[in-house]
Amino acid sequence: MTTVDVGAVGKAGIAVNYRTCRFTGLRIEANAETLIKVNAVAAVVFLALGGLMGLLVALTRWPAIQLLPAEWFYLVLTGHGANVLLFWIIFFEIAVLYFASAVLLGARLATPRIAWLAFGLMIAGALMANYAVLRGDSSVMFTSYPPMMASHWFYLALIIFAVGALLAVMVFFGTLVVAKEEKTYDGSVPLVTFGAITAGIIAVFTLASGAIILIPTWLWSIGVISQIDTLMYKVVWWGMGHSSQQINVSAHVAIWYAIGAMVLGAKPLSEKVSRTAFLTYILFLQLASAHHLLAEPGMSSSWRIVNTSYMMYLAVMGSMIHGLTVPGAIEAAQRRNGFDRGIFEWLTKAPWGNPAFSGMFMSLVLFGFVGGISGVVLGTEQLNVLMHNTLYVPGHFHGTVVAGTTLAFMAMTYLVVPLIFQRDIIWPGLARLQPFLFAIGAGGISLFMMGAGTLGVARRHWDISLTDAVHAFEYPPGAYMMMALNGIFAVLASIGGILFILIVVGSILRGPRLDGTNAKLTFPLHDASREAVSKYGSHATVKLPGTIVLVGIFFAAFVLYYFVNWKYLSDLWLFR
Amino acid sequence: MAIKPPANRLWWNDPIHGVELGWIIIAFLWGLFMFFFMIAWHFIGEQNLSSETYRIRPEKYQEKVEAFAQQHQAKDQNGAPLEEKGVPVVRPPAGGDVYILARLWEFWPIIELKKGQSYRFHISSVDWQHGFSLQPTNINISVHPGYEHVINLTPTDTGTFGVICNEYCGIGHHTMTGRIRVVE
Repeated sequence: MTTVDVGAVGKAGIAVNYRTCRFTGLRIEANAETLIKVNAVAAVVFLALGGLMGLLVALTRWPAIQLLPAEWFYLVLTGHGANVLLFWIIFFEIAVLYFASAVLLGARLATPRIAWLAFGLMIAGALMANYAVLRGDSSVMFTSYPPMMASHWFYLALIIFAVGALLAVMVFFGTLVVAKEEKTYDGSVPLVTFGAITAGIIAVFTLASGAIILIPTWLWSIGVISQIDTLMYKVVWWGMGHSSQQINVSAHVAIWYAIGAMVLGAKPLSEKVSRTAFLTYILFLQLASAHHLLAEPGMSSSWRIVNTSYMMYLAVMGSMIHGLTVPGAIEAAQRRNGFDRGIFEWLTKAPWGNPAFSGMFMSLVLFGFVGGISGVVLGTEQLNVLMHNTLYVPGHFHGTVVAGTTLAFMAMTYLVVPLIFQRDIIWPGLARLQPFLFAIGAGGISLFMMGAGTLGVARRHWDISLTDAVHAFEYPPGAYMMMALNGIFAVLASIGGILFILIVVGSILRGPRLDGTNAKLTFPLHDASREAVSKYGSHATVKLPGTIVLVGIFFAAFVLYYFVNWKYLSDLWLFR
Repeated sequence: MAIKPPANRLWWNDPIHGVELGWIIIAFLWGLFMFFFMIAWHFIGEQNLSSETYRIRPEKYQEKVEAFAQQHQAKDQNGAPLEEKGVPVVRPPAGGDVYILARLWEFWPIIELKKGQSYRFHISSVDWQHGFSLQPTNINISVHPGYEHVINLTPTDTGTFGVICNEYCGIGHHTMTGRIRVVE
C-alpha cells in the first residue's frame, strides 16, 4: 500500500480532522479549511487596500477633482496594480485551488506546513512590496519597465511573493495526488477541479516567467548586472503579466461552473466540451503575452500574427465555448427546476436575490461583452496601434479582471463564508444589492476608460490638460466627459467594494453561526429534492433557446465591434 | 454537477450536444477569419506597422537627430531659424527621413510635414522607454532606448498634431509632449 494513512501524518505533528458540511455533504478537512480561511482573509485585506488606491487613482484622473499631487498619483497607481492585480487575486486563487482540491475531492490538504510557509512568504512579499512602494522610490508602475529602476526591495518583494505562490500551487498539486492515492473520489475529478488544475498549470508557467525576469532585474537593481535589455524584459515580463491573467480566467470560469452547480444544480452540458475548452487555455493562452509587444520595434509581422492570435484564436474559442456552456448549463438546470416557460423564464426567475448567483452571472456577461471582445480587438496585430498604451488598455482589463474575475471571486465569497467559515451572511438586503452596485461600477469604469482611450487619452497619466507640457495639446471635450464618468462609476464600484468588505468581515466576525443542527442559510443552495419531477430532457436532447439568443447577441456585438475598429484604423495616416 | 466527478465514468464517450457543436464550429470559423484578416490587411490595408528596427547606441542616435535638425532647420522670410519655445522647427524634404528624439521629458524637435507625402520616421529614446502617441489621429507606438524604429508615414490631413508620451517615464511624464505640423 502506498497510501499515506492518517497516523503517518499525525506523527508529523499536524492532525488530520474531517467534518461533513451539512449543506453540501462535502467532507472538509480542518487544515484545508484553515488555509482557505487565511488566504481568503488576506485576499480581502489586499482588495481593500488596493481598491482604496484605485479610488484615489480614479478621483485624480477626474479632471475637475484631480485629487492627488503627481508624485502621489504615480505612487498610488503602482500600489493599486500590485495590490489588486497580484495580491488580492493570487491570495484568493490559492484559496480557490485549495477549495477545488481538498474540499471538492474530500481529501486532506497535502503538507499543511508547506502551505503555511507559502502563505507566510506571500504575506511577507506583499507587505514588503507595499513598503517599497510607500517609501516613494519605487513608483515604477506595476510593469516596472527598465531602464527605469525601482528600489531593490520592490523586485525582491515580488520574487518572494512569487516563490510563496509557487509553493502553494505545489501544495495544490500534492493534494490532488493525495486525493487520488487515498481514493477520496471516484472516477475523474469534477469539472471545477479540472478548471482549477488548468489554473494551477498556467500558474507554474507564469511564476516561472516572473522568476526568470525579476531575478536578473533584482540583480540589476543591486548593481550585479549592468543592463537589462528593454525588449527582452517586456517579452519575458509579459509571460508573467499576461499569463497571470489567464490563471484568473481559468479560475473564474471554474467558479462560474461551481456557483452554477451549487446554487442551481447545474450540470455541464458535456464534460468533454467544457474540459477541452479549459485545455485550449493551457495550450494557447501563453502566447498572449505577445500582444503587449504589438507596438514595439523589432517584432516581425508573422511573429505578431501567430502569437497574438493565440495560434489562430484557439484560446478565444475556448472562452467562447465557456460563454455558451456556462449559461447553457444554467438554463438546462433551471428548466429542470421547473422554470420551463418561454425563452427566458429560466433567467428571469433565476435567484437574482442571491449575491452568489447575481454576481456570477453578471461576471459572465461583463467578462464576455466588455473584457473579452475588447481584448480580442486590442490584441489584433494592426488594430493595436489605435489604442496601445491609451486608457483603452486599462478599460479592457478592468472589464476582465474587475468586472470578470473580481466580481466572480466576490460571488464565490458569498458561498465560502457560510460553507468554510460556517457563518451566515449578515445584512442580506445590502448583500443582495452589492453585486449589482459593483457590476455597474466596474462595467462603467471599463467602458468609459475604453471611450477615453478611443479618444487618445494616455494611460498612467496625471494631467490630460497637459498644463505644464512644453507643447500644449487639447484633448477633445468628450475625453474630459469620459474621465468624469469614469470617476463617477469608480465611486459606485468603490461603494460596492466597501459594502463587500463590510459584509464579508462582518459575517466572518459576527454572522450567525451555522454549525448548529437547525441553522439555515440566508441564501440557500440548490435543493435537489425540489427539481421538477418530469426530467427536462437528457444531456443529449436538452433545448436551450435562451442561451442560443444570448450567444447570438454576443456574436453579433463581437463582429460589429471588430469591424468598427477596422474602420477607425483605415482612417489613420497611411503607413507607407 | 460540476463540483462532483462526472456521473458517467466514460464521459469522453458522451455525445456532444448539437448546440454546442454548432457554436464550436462558429467560434472556430470566426477565429480563422480573424486570423486570416490580419494577414489580409497586409495586402488590402494601408496601416501595417513596420518592423524595421536597428540597434543603436543612444548617444549615436542623439547625434543623428541633431544633425538632421541642423540640416533641415526651417527658416522664416528673413532667413532667421524658426523656433517654438526654443525648440527648432524642422522641415524634412518630402519622401525623406524624419528623426524624432524621445527623452525626459520631450519629443524633439518640432517637425513640419507636407500632406500626402511619405516620410521615413525614425524614432528612438536616449533614456527610458517612452510612448509615441500622435493625436488626434491616434497612432500609438512604443519607443525603446537602443532601438531605432523606422516607420513610413503619410499624413492624410493638415493641422497641428500633438505627440503625447503614453509610456510612464517618471515624475515629468505628464509634461512630455512634442509637435508635428502638417501643411498643404
